[in-house]
Amino acid sequence: MPEPLLQVKDLTVTFPNAKGGVRAVRGVDYSVGEGEFLGIVGESGSGKSVSSLAVMGLLPSSAKITGDITFRGESLLGMSDRALSKLRGREMAMIFQDPLSALTPVYTVGQQIVEALTLHDKNVPQRSAEKRAVELLKIVGIPAAERRVKAFPHEFSGGMRQRAMIAIAIANDPALIVADEPTTALDVTIQAQILEVLQKAKEVTGAAVVLITHDLGVVAGNVDRVAVMYAGKLVEKGPVEEVFHSPRMPYTMGLLRSVPNMLTAGKERLVPLEGRPPNLANLPVGCPFADRCPAAQDRCRTTEPELLADLRDGREVACHRSDEIAAGTLKPSDIFPRPPHEERAVKDSTGLQPVVKAQDLIRHFPLYKGAVFRRVVGRVKAVDGVDFEVLPGETLGLVGESGSGKSTTALEIMELVSPQRGSLEVTGKDVGTLSRAERLAMRQDVQIVFQDPMAAVDPRMPVGDIIAEPLTVHGVPRAERDRRVVEMLELVGLDPEMTDRYPHEFSGGQRQRIGIARSLITNPKVLVLDEPVSALDVSVQAGVVNLLEDLRDRMGLSYLFVAHDLAIVREIADKIAVMYLGRIVEYGPVQEVYETPRHPYTRALMSAVPVPDPTIERARRRILLTGDLPSPTEDIPGCNFASRCPLFRMLDETRQAQCLGDDPAATVHGKSKVACHHVDEIHRLDDADISALSPIPGD
Amino acid sequence: MTQYILRRFVNYLVLTVIATVFSYIAASLFFYPRRRYLGINPPIPEESVDGILSAYGVNDKDPVLLRTWWWIERIIFEPLSQKLGQDLQGNWVINEIVGRAGTSLRLLLLGALLAALLGVTLGVWGAVRQYKASDQIVSYASFILISTPTFVGGVILMILATNFNQLLGFQMIRFTGSYTPGITGFFPQLWDGFVHLLLPTIALMLFGAAGYSRYQRSLMLDVLGSDFIRTARAKGATRNHALVKHGVRVALIPMSTYLAYSFGTLVAGSAFLEIIFSWEGMGKYGIVAVQTSDVNALAGNVCFTAILLLFSSTLSEVLYAALDPRVRV
Repeated sequence: MPEPLLQVKDLTVTFPNAKGGVRAVRGVDYSVGEGEFLGIVGESGSGKSVSSLAVMGLLPSSAKITGDITFRGESLLGMSDRALSKLRGREMAMIFQDPLSALTPVYTVGQQIVEALTLHDKNVPQRSAEKRAVELLKIVGIPAAERRVKAFPHEFSGGMRQRAMIAIAIANDPALIVADEPTTALDVTIQAQILEVLQKAKEVTGAAVVLITHDLGVVAGNVDRVAVMYAGKLVEKGPVEEVFHSPRMPYTMGLLRSVPNMLTAGKERLVPLEGRPPNLANLPVGCPFADRCPAAQDRCRTTEPELLADLRDGREVACHRSDEIAAGTLKPSDIFPRPPHEERAVKDSTGLQPVVKAQDLIRHFPLYKGAVFRRVVGRVKAVDGVDFEVLPGETLGLVGESGSGKSTTALEIMELVSPQRGSLEVTGKDVGTLSRAERLAMRQDVQIVFQDPMAAVDPRMPVGDIIAEPLTVHGVPRAERDRRVVEMLELVGLDPEMTDRYPHEFSGGQRQRIGIARSLITNPKVLVLDEPVSALDVSVQAGVVNLLEDLRDRMGLSYLFVAHDLAIVREIADKIAVMYLGRIVEYGPVQEVYETPRHPYTRALMSAVPVPDPTIERARRRILLTGDLPSPTEDIPGCNFASRCPLFRMLDETRQAQCLGDDPAATVHGKSKVACHHVDEIHRLDDADISALSPIPGD
Repeated sequence: MTQYILRRFVNYLVLTVIATVFSYIAASLFFYPRRRYLGINPPIPEESVDGILSAYGVNDKDPVLLRTWWWIERIIFEPLSQKLGQDLQGNWVINEIVGRAGTSLRLLLLGALLAALLGVTLGVWGAVRQYKASDQIVSYASFILISTPTFVGGVILMILATNFNQLLGFQMIRFTGSYTPGITGFFPQLWDGFVHLLLPTIALMLFGAAGYSRYQRSLMLDVLGSDFIRTARAKGATRNHALVKHGVRVALIPMSTYLAYSFGTLVAGSAFLEIIFSWEGMGKYGIVAVQTSDVNALAGNVCFTAILLLFSSTLSEVLYAALDPRVRV
């Protein structure tokens, strides 16, 4: 057996603190062979990033590292910074999570690529290094690379910056690329592009890749082997198909069952994985997952299982009961049974008054120039004429890339004032005609839940006061408020005794429940949910989504659910509105839109979402969108999606002229409304070989 | 960009004019130059005093605004050397400024430049070695220097220099005046200028650097944890290379603004140093003007300082644009 490229043996990383230290990584073993693609999956705080930074030697000097890391048989630990620097960037490269801050703002992209070259070869002439930089930018698909090489990072979009990062990483043909959450900060469409570029980079350089992510879908489609990390340890390791199809560690099972799958969402209920990972500064004895594991036994609470290879098939699992699981006597469905799913009856909506009705709603933000004589030089068309309605007890999902105007639409409803153009009716009343008192009263009917539960609650207020605050605005007496707070805490599944606690004592999922309790205390009719689960760890998301579903059905609430995660929208929504550049391009019942998407953008968006199933993920073809979202300040005469549209490129010239010259209005197809001239042609996207038609830009 | 900097320059120019006019009005309101001629034996007749004061344009019997108007008129219509009027010694203020500016600028520019260099270096060094002994020593030293009045520091330096000279057995460091009269020849004069410049420059540099290093240290600490430094190291740069090439370069950007605006503090500090080291510079001129209630001299001094700040502020705009591509349009 050839020696592996990278071998990590019994790696532990401890960050010392006053109480002894946080053990972020506790005895991790893995190896990566030449050209292999390994995925490391875990929730935030599982130690996956720390272990990879340890490999690169980029941990702060205060971290205590033991064990051994060998690269091509050479031990990296204990190597001097100088010696390690010779390896970094040349033999092993790294791609980081946040492309916005990972490039030095004061140097051009070209200079930063050239630096990666000259650091390892002082003799390379400046001219040829610059030529190579342009070449690299072309490989990663930056259009007009000759010009872009002179651009500064702030002139690049997030996706382009991540491409530039990959260009830097592959500059010296490394043998190993460590990618730490490379797509987490990006939109799904851009994520699909970047993953494609990463695959291409792997092909070009023949490097082994270690992909670290929390997204099971991303792992499923790309890696050969996967390692699952929990509380600083690897708990399961194996070929990706086997781990996904027959997980042997209850944590892996729970994780896989809690993730919404876009193909199956809405048909079965998500399985919540309750609880939260243990505090690494104060680990309990026994298996760290025992507290959250429904199959835990007494021995799980006394001794921690080691990661052991199964003698028959070589699968590595850290669980006392792995034999039973492998034998099939303990099934995932026994450990994490799916909660009963009630088929949501398709309600008869005829005659129902919508609780929210927007017609031709517009929100433009003027751009000014000049200090003394301010003049309007353009406008950002954040919301540019949208129509939608939310019926009682119904959920409308609003999806789109960042910058598509979905949050602005949600805030426009919260504002309850006359829109710049068009009309907005809430609970049957036109908000433009409301008096001050009426508007204040109406605020009880419309409440909002924000994305980031950490930022949305005042850290210096006890939870009881946070939840009761909307009532103080409406002048409800103290006793009544306290009674309602207890009621709300019970409703969202928190202990009513917790009213005196402060937000930092709660986990992310619990804090989001506090946010939901606060929004429900006024007995609203409509809840605006602005990305309510996207800041939460996957295992926690399911619990919050299930709670929202239950609350809606029990209390007859209507939701406007803003999200970028199409799987979750399919799970919870009845109707969906797909937004692009301030417009709704497709609007209709969830089932219909997901089964027969008619707008090319909807198609592309759906095909970009990775599915947490390796077999499906590898078999299916993707429609890749080229480029980024155009600026919302541009005046586009025709269809604003034409510049990125995969269908557009298949059409003949007369049809293309129609797209470019004529702004498509929404027309009814089936039960949906679609804003595309060529709905009849959409089948071409299925027939044609998409990969041939949408090459990676720059090829 | 050039247009933007030009516009800023014009803004600063307007501010310079306003500052000078206001300082003239303020000085006219609070100064009482007549006192010089009171209590003299034999007494000078009031009409004569009025005559002298009116000739200078500082007669307190005329309304302040009228005097200000006359002063502005003089600036507009008189020939260049007479624009700012005469001081109470009867010298033209402009001539005094021209004669003294060289002396002051020599100290100020050299001191400011060295203070910036030393401050930035110490700040970066302290941040990189945060909480280590060297960082602690630099921090404490800066705090002590910041809280020491300039003149105390100047006197301490003089004592040290005297001891040093005694040790050498001859007077190498000279610290009275800005030159020794009677020295001829280019190189002797250059050396003489240098030994006179030594102590006040060191004093100015230390006081400036103490403040700069604190600011630079905190800027550098902010940058140290940045993702782009990690990226640079992942590319294969050593820690020191990444810190200097990527860290310092970014941490310098806000410093360019701070340097320009703290220049005013340095001007004030150098005024005291001129007194201590008996330099006939602008700082001393200003302090004497306050002591003797000399309105014209003070207005001239303020005008000089304001123009210095005008240039340093514009320079900081240029520096900022040069350092940060994000503001270049």
